[in-house]
Amino acid sequence: MNLKSIADFINHDKNLLFGIILLLIPLIAIIVSLISNYQPSTYFLFPKDSPPSLFHIMGTTSLGQDVFLTLMKALSNSLLIGILSALISRVLATLIGCFSGYKGGKADWIISVVTESFIVVPRLPLLILIAFSFKQQLDPLSMGFILAILDWGWPSKRYRSQILSLKEREFTQTSKFSGMGDIEIIFKEHMPFLIPYIIVDIISGIIWAIGMETTLSILGLFNLEIPTIGTTLYWANYYSAMYRGLWWWWGFPVIVMIVTIFGLYLLSVSLQNYLDPTTRIQRIKVS
Amino acid sequence: MKGFINYLLPRIIQWFIVIFVGITVAFIIPRLSPVDPVEAVLNKMAGYSIMNPQAVSELKGTLEALFGTNKNIFVQYTEFWGRLLKGDLGPSLSMFPVPVIDIIKTSLPWSVFLLLSSTIIAWLLGIFLGTLIAINSKKKWAKLLEGLVTFLYPIPHYILALALLFLFAYLFPVFPLTGAYGIGSIPEFNLHFIGETIKHSFLPALSIVLVSLGWTALSQKALVSNLLSSDFMKYAKIGGVPKQTRFFYLISNSALPQVTDLALSLGTIFSGSLIVEIVFSYPGLGQVLQSAILQGDYNAIMGITAFSIIAIASAALVLDLIYPLLDPRIRRG
Repeated sequence: MNLKSIADFINHDKNLLFGIILLLIPLIAIIVSLISNYQPSTYFLFPKDSPPSLFHIMGTTSLGQDVFLTLMKALSNSLLIGILSALISRVLATLIGCFSGYKGGKADWIISVVTESFIVVPRLPLLILIAFSFKQQLDPLSMGFILAILDWGWPSKRYRSQILSLKEREFTQTSKFSGMGDIEIIFKEHMPFLIPYIIVDIISGIIWAIGMETTLSILGLFNLEIPTIGTTLYWANYYSAMYRGLWWWWGFPVIVMIVTIFGLYLLSVSLQNYLDPTTRIQRIKVS
Repeated sequence: MKGFINYLLPRIIQWFIVIFVGITVAFIIPRLSPVDPVEAVLNKMAGYSIMNPQAVSELKGTLEALFGTNKNIFVQYTEFWGRLLKGDLGPSLSMFPVPVIDIIKTSLPWSVFLLLSSTIIAWLLGIFLGTLIAINSKKKWAKLLEGLVTFLYPIPHYILALALLFLFAYLFPVFPLTGAYGIGSIPEFNLHFIGETIKHSFLPALSIVLVSLGWTALSQKALVSNLLSSDFMKYAKIGGVPKQTRFFYLISNSALPQVTDLALSLGTIFSGSLIVEIVFSYPGLGQVLQSAILQGDYNAIMGITAFSIIAIASAALVLDLIYPLLDPRIRRG
């Protein structure tokens, strides 16, 4: 894909353009958090409770933190948790889904039942129990891992059904008769069909994980020293920022989070439209 | 009959597996934690009053016997199941000695009321809107509606509930801020109380509906788009079948996958409703869970987790059992 086709694609799909613009915010957040050496955990470095001004563009908290710099760190950490969780769970889902779908028979039956169990189980109470037990030891890495373990069910079910239909196609037989091994067939022949789904799934996994991390942190079930969107909101709640009129403390995190999630979602929608040939053909027919 | 058994058997086995694995995990996790529940309770009690060492060591013995932490882990595990099957989830630590199951019982009706009403509304509305969007996919209002649903769908429950609370209870105070009924009114069965309950549940229910609606509507749109290009729908159109009848065809042909989807997403909806209850201080399970977290009530968290795993798995099983009644292929299969 060259630059011109990317430009064409953006031109064609206004959602993508909008999504990319929204995603500039997390990009800025990552850059700022990499450049600045500001430590949000060193409290009272700045005056308390000052509204947005030139010096502190998003104001300061009751703990004397700069909201902008804290938020940029927080957003990067939340994204890190989301990306970690999504990557781990999708790798797991791909392996399990492909194996189950390709193998078929009894193994498929057992794996499917287990997969559906993971889908049905209410994840929030379990997560609360886990986070409650290990609250002190949690860091973005372990949090991502825990979220991943509970989030591979849906994608695995989707990949399995894809493989089931791919398995029946003629080219699978052809590659089998030309002497390819099972693993080779899955990775060389079937994977190209699956990759679009996986990419889109990774993005929706990031969205889910960010939302879950935020929820857990707001309940105080995360290492509260680590700045994430959730812990920022936790401290804002703790100091009753909502009732004291410190709108910048909780308002900016909420806005930034919604913008990030929506940007990611738009990106996933347009990627899905682009990568899935059937909808691409439909669109060409329409226009 | 054979198709019926082929269909039912995996569901029932799955029900057992969900409960078995879920409860086992809920049992193991707290035991892997470095926090000892007995120590935690003792520390908390020591925070309130000064006790003499004699009393402390006696209390420690009692608590160990109560939690069974002085026994082998396998004995603990079998005893845990034994108590669970009798419906005993142990005492709450923050409201000692009230049993956890009693706390769940008092809050459960509120949760069930909220969850049931909002899930049914969201599901039906999602199917209806999804079909409308798919049929009128070229019209401007349908695109707008789709955009709105798409926008609401990925937002986490907590954020959406907070936004609604801020908008409709703080900026434009149309709805009450928190609770399930007005301060001072007595829960009894009359028109005034019911009206108040509905008014108080409106915003929490709206938050659940708006988020869960998205998934149903978007998947319904995809299903109906496929149906629209199928032969029988084309024939129905050419054959002059009235618009309303065709609308009914579309819904009745796409409702089946939606029932399966609903059964699978119950856990997610339940998790969302817990969060919404916390935001609105609605006196359901979510609020009990929150106060348990705040007070470090380890037994209550575990009890609620175990209970919700069993409840959701059973609800999904019930939906799966209803499914054959709707699908003649399985019923007669």
